[in-house]
Amino acid sequence: MLVPLTLVAIAVLILIDSWPSLTAFGFSYFTTTEWDPVKLVFGAAAYVYGTLVTTIVAVLLATPIAVGAAIYLTEFAPRAVRAPAAFTIELLAYIPSIVYGLWAIFVMVPVMRSVVEPGLQASVGQLPVIGKLFSGTPIGLDLLSGGVVLAIMILPILTAISREVLLAVPPTQREAMIGLGATRWEAVSRAVLPYARPGIIGGAVLGVARAFGETMAVTMVVGNSSRDISGSLFVPGYTMASAIANQFVEADSELYFSAIVEVALVLLLVGIIVNSVARVLIRRSIADRPAGAVI
Amino acid sequence: MAVTAITPSGAIPARHRVVARRRIAQSAVVGLLLTATLLAVALLVTILAYVIIRGLPAINLAFFTERPRPFGEVGGGIAPALIGTVILAAASGAIAIPVGIAAAIFVVEYRSGRFAAPVRFAAELIAGLPSIVIGVFVWAFLVRGLVGHFSAIAGAVALAVIMVPIVARTVEEVLKLVPNSLREAALALGAPRWKVILSIVLPTARAGVLTAAILALARSAGETAPLLLTALGNDFFSTDLLRPIGALPLQIYRYAVSPYDDWHAKAWGASLVLVVVIGAVGLLLRVVARQRVR
Repeated sequence: MLVPLTLVAIAVLILIDSWPSLTAFGFSYFTTTEWDPVKLVFGAAAYVYGTLVTTIVAVLLATPIAVGAAIYLTEFAPRAVRAPAAFTIELLAYIPSIVYGLWAIFVMVPVMRSVVEPGLQASVGQLPVIGKLFSGTPIGLDLLSGGVVLAIMILPILTAISREVLLAVPPTQREAMIGLGATRWEAVSRAVLPYARPGIIGGAVLGVARAFGETMAVTMVVGNSSRDISGSLFVPGYTMASAIANQFVEADSELYFSAIVEVALVLLLVGIIVNSVARVLIRRSIADRPAGAVI
Repeated sequence: MAVTAITPSGAIPARHRVVARRRIAQSAVVGLLLTATLLAVALLVTILAYVIIRGLPAINLAFFTERPRPFGEVGGGIAPALIGTVILAAASGAIAIPVGIAAAIFVVEYRSGRFAAPVRFAAELIAGLPSIVIGVFVWAFLVRGLVGHFSAIAGAVALAVIMVPIVARTVEEVLKLVPNSLREAALALGAPRWKVILSIVLPTARAGVLTAAILALARSAGETAPLLLTALGNDFFSTDLLRPIGALPLQIYRYAVSPYDDWHAKAWGASLVLVVVIGAVGLLLRVVARQRVR
């Protein structure tokens, strides 16, 4: 009984603490970017934007790699390689977030700054519309780096779930297609993947749930300074979780504190919604196997 | 594959060309898939290699026995953070393991009861919450509320909230594996439900329950965000549950964002210690699990 009570207590305490901010700013909290502890005006739009951008970057990068690896490891890899390789990728999930952050600051960010970001700027950055995403000075500590770290961090769970879902596809699906003279890839793309699609989408949604609440590694590379919405990936930003981590302890007035707790309230609500959606999708694909129990 | 006679003119029949095209498509796709797999594996290898190569030079005896020196001074160690992590693990385990086991028992043994569904649902929702949100909750509940300041016990409670769903979910799976005939035999002998659980079901599932507890401890050992808001960190030796306490992840964070090279080296060293401990536990569990299957 302690478990549901804890959940209720979490929701109630966070709601109470964010009440002053809720009543003071109402909906403008989500539409304005001004976050000024001196004037006591708080709008979290820039944090929401940062979270959305890093999460989208993460999912766009991680999903093709994870699904590709899962397909290879269930359908094409030599049998002896399958389990060890899958286990190796799942090991990524055991590395603590803080270690990803450390690695990202000292290894990934310099590479992003000197190689990846100038490279992107010189190539896709020249295109008319998308180019705007890659404008500005490549500094490494920005929204793109935040997204890349998140992509690495959600890779194992996405791979694990996609693999579970693919393993749960009945062999008859493949056999029927191959019996008709299809190549293995034709069987996979036309008979296996459509069957597994809801589960794979569910895995991606669960990846979203992981990514938007992840704090430490993102906080360490996302820049934590600019509060404007510029449309470029090469600007330092804030995510909702990093805003809490950075400012929670320094909040010195009641309204400031309350505004930060409201960020936590948003994370709480989105977390509950996204996780529920993901679980429904995955359950539909995997009969009675526990989703995420792999990790 | 259909065997088609080569036409006298020597041209390859259209049917063969189609097959060839399909084969090439397959090879191209498999190549892409293999690249994705290799990329994922390479990421793990790279990260681990960096942690080992940069972490090893920082490791020496003082690293494990001394407390951190003030900045500017080279040397010292991370002993308070190590002790802090052990204390936090013990305290959070003492809270989370019994609660998690109890929750699992509710869900499995009292399946038809009124409580089973809400307990399971709540555990799943808590498992999905960002850990920083749990930190905010424990801050409001303990740091500002019951205790009044940052403290080890608040950190332990925050970790416990994260661990309970992990313990509950894993123990649930283990309890489901206990054969029903065992329960029925005990019930037929007239044993009350609670006695069946305590003296038949739990002892049978002992190994699995232990695995669940260790898994949850390993997962919580790397948590940083909630500790920032609760345990705070402490460079001095402290075993007092009511005072702020250090922890490995907090130490790594503080050193990583500092501008000092010596501290960066220590952050790598501490990361190596953390990864080795968690990795060793993970491998151990896997070996044990495999033996049990045999």
